[in-house]
Amino acid sequence: MFVESEPYIINIGPQHPSTHGGMHVEALMDGEEVVNVTIHLGYVHRSVEKIAESRTYTQFIPYAARLDYMSTNLPAWGYVEAVEKLSGLTVPERAQYIRVVMGELSRIASHMMFVGSLAIDLAATTGLLYCLRDRERIMDMLEMTSGQRLLSSYMRLGGVSHDLPEEFFPAVKSFLTDVPAMLDEYNGLITGNEILQARCNGIGVLTPETALAYGVTGPNLRASGISYDLRRADPYGIYDRFDFNIPVAQKGDCMARLMVRLEEIEQSARIIKQALEQMPEGEILGKVPKVLKPEKGREVYHRTESAKGELGYYLLADGTDKPARLHVRAPSFINLMVLPIISRGSKLQDIITNIATLDPVLGESDR
Amino acid sequence: MENLFINIARTLSDWLLQLGLSHFWTDLVLLVVQWTAIILIITLNVIILVWLERKISGFIQQRLGPNRLGPFGCFQTIADTLKLLTKEDIIPSQTDKLIFKTAPMFFIIVSVLLYAVIPMGKDMVVVDLNVGLFYFISVGSLTTIAILMAGWSSNNKWSLLGAMRSVAQMISYEIPLAFSLLGVVMIAGSLNLSAIVAAQSNIWFIVLQPVAFVTYFIAATAELNRGPFDMPEAEQELTAGAYTEYTGMRWALFFLAEYTNLVAVSALAATLFFGGWQGPLLPSWMWIIIKTYLIMLVFMWMKWTFPRIRMDHLMSLSWKVLVPVSLINILVTGVGIEIFKGMGW
Amino acid sequence: MTSIDTEAIIDQLFKAVGGRVRTFPDPYFLGLRVDPADLPDLLRYLHDQMGMNYLANLTAADLQAEFEASYHLYAIPDNGLKIVVKTRVPRDGAELPSVFAIYPTADWQEREVFDLMGIRFSDHPNLIRVLLPEEFEGHPLRKDFKKKGAI
Repeated sequence: MFVESEPYIINIGPQHPSTHGGMHVEALMDGEEVVNVTIHLGYVHRSVEKIAESRTYTQFIPYAARLDYMSTNLPAWGYVEAVEKLSGLTVPERAQYIRVVMGELSRIASHMMFVGSLAIDLAATTGLLYCLRDRERIMDMLEMTSGQRLLSSYMRLGGVSHDLPEEFFPAVKSFLTDVPAMLDEYNGLITGNEILQARCNGIGVLTPETALAYGVTGPNLRASGISYDLRRADPYGIYDRFDFNIPVAQKGDCMARLMVRLEEIEQSARIIKQALEQMPEGEILGKVPKVLKPEKGREVYHRTESAKGELGYYLLADGTDKPARLHVRAPSFINLMVLPIISRGSKLQDIITNIATLDPVLGESDR
Repeated sequence: MENLFINIARTLSDWLLQLGLSHFWTDLVLLVVQWTAIILIITLNVIILVWLERKISGFIQQRLGPNRLGPFGCFQTIADTLKLLTKEDIIPSQTDKLIFKTAPMFFIIVSVLLYAVIPMGKDMVVVDLNVGLFYFISVGSLTTIAILMAGWSSNNKWSLLGAMRSVAQMISYEIPLAFSLLGVVMIAGSLNLSAIVAAQSNIWFIVLQPVAFVTYFIAATAELNRGPFDMPEAEQELTAGAYTEYTGMRWALFFLAEYTNLVAVSALAATLFFGGWQGPLLPSWMWIIIKTYLIMLVFMWMKWTFPRIRMDHLMSLSWKVLVPVSLINILVTGVGIEIFKGMGW
Repeated sequence: MTSIDTEAIIDQLFKAVGGRVRTFPDPYFLGLRVDPADLPDLLRYLHDQMGMNYLANLTAADLQAEFEASYHLYAIPDNGLKIVVKTRVPRDGAELPSVFAIYPTADWQEREVFDLMGIRFSDHPNLIRVLLPEEFEGHPLRKDFKKKGAI
């Protein structure tokens, strides 16, 4: 006698511990095997792009900072740079360096959250707490500079809101000295673990061809063997002044995505170190008109390397103090597109690993 | 101290006999008292264990753990229990209600039954079965049915997946578990747990059977559904697996039963591999408690360190590694026994 | 873009795609404007012949009179060329050819434009709303979108 089986649908989310926010992953399963995956988004849709049309350029900064709440300074930085490009504002040297320092700190925070959330998605609770412990120091530094821990609206058009306080420098220096020790600890507890390796090696392989075709960017692309980092490929800000490597892994599996991010933490630390050494004294806020009114018809597409990938802002001015159109090219949104492709044929538990290693932030992907 | 509990039991039975009860009724009353005591101990033990687990996980994860209620937060579990008792008992409308309600009770009853054969100290065993080990393994595997009942009756895909995983896992790990214990049985020459303890008066079986202990320990972790093998629950994938639909005290019964199982399995490990209640200076019942807790600490340490293994890896670990290893262990043990016999040991 | 000979590229483009492409000035990009019908041909040429294998951004703006869709193209690895392709469609029954077959990454981006701006993409394999619920009425990023309680 043969037992007949038929595929069934299992709904991961929208309320689920491992979807990193409100995301609904509809998995068509055959036993424990994944036949297909459909993603339903929009649970965190806050109509940010529509809101932007009724806010002035300055007023939108906090909204931008809340797109990718894991690395709050990076999306805000991308936005202010886009507006500066649109209206030809100049940014003082010191502010440029401060932006680099704060942006890279945010990147480290985001990557630490990635490592931690991957750990907890594989049920290694301790891994998460170790990462959060270290990330806490970055949160403290964000609080020193802006008074806000998670969502600091620190960037301003033409600069940053406050100068770095005195106590910031010893804090960041001691943090940078401890980064190798932290990575050592993660390597021992998380990456060195046999079970984690078994669950990540060869799982969710994203081939470079698929990655390119689907516009996957950021660490996910670099984990597939393509060295493409906007800080190098299309330098913005003052990134051409720093010496850093672009970590690349070849396999494109979950382990590669993890390793790339761990190495990026190290490289970000290097950039911060150089930025702190080169940082000049001076103004932190350039000359910005009270009311910013870019010419009608001017438009700009500005892209930056956020922690998740290419974060682009498309801005269209209509001569008023509000943009006629703002579009966010959200890396999380685009990167999620490959989840069905890399999940097909794997096991139920691999979907969770794949979501975790694609590292989507739903606030950014749904906008 | 050594004979504290035995003396209490003897006093009680003497007193009952004086009252004019027949031996049959005296034994029956004594049995009831013993079971009540065991259930009390189990409940108390779980309260301590939950607190301990939270404290230890806090220690491992560099946080404080419960620290508000009482010294070192030791009353936290009691408060949690009260909260669970007062919670609304939700039974989803599409469930198979009878099975849904009996599953947690079945689970806890099975777990408590395990304690019948464990020697808690010198001459301290509720029922001294001559097939004690066999009884333990067979009753222990019944817990699968409880989880399957819970998963099936919940009428929820997560629950069913969790339950099916649990069944697959338990069936696979039952085999290396039993095989690993056979080595011990062969050396001791008995299935009676008291006899096995007695056989270890010279040397602990962990020394003679290290491989068996490792296989037993891994298989037992899987049997207990504890991390890194907590497939049926797997909150990251299956929300709460077989227990997804349970609330309040019904859910707490599962929780209770899992910890009860944990104690039983650890106590069995102490009995089979670490000389049971034997030990110097301290009374025998103290020794088994100490040994059991030490083994449980290792279980907790593992749970809070490792990520969860994947389902298919779990199965292949059992069938491709543990089963062959335990079979080889039996062979080596048999050959070893014959050699020692030949040497006139 | 200093090292790239823009003129030569435009010449090459004109030769290949004919006079259907017009350029427009843009401070950062090489701006190309086409009619909707010629869009797939142009993008296919840019993708296959000029190595612009990365459609970074696909979006549309409401210019009151008509919609303008923008396609920001780059190459990976970077070849110094940045191209923006623009095309305009009238508001009524706005429809564009899908570029999903050339750039799979257009999948969700086109769905998003359809969802929020209401431009249909012909030949898109699965043109359904991506962010808003299925039963939502209207397209919020249109300038004439008015909904009580919205924003």
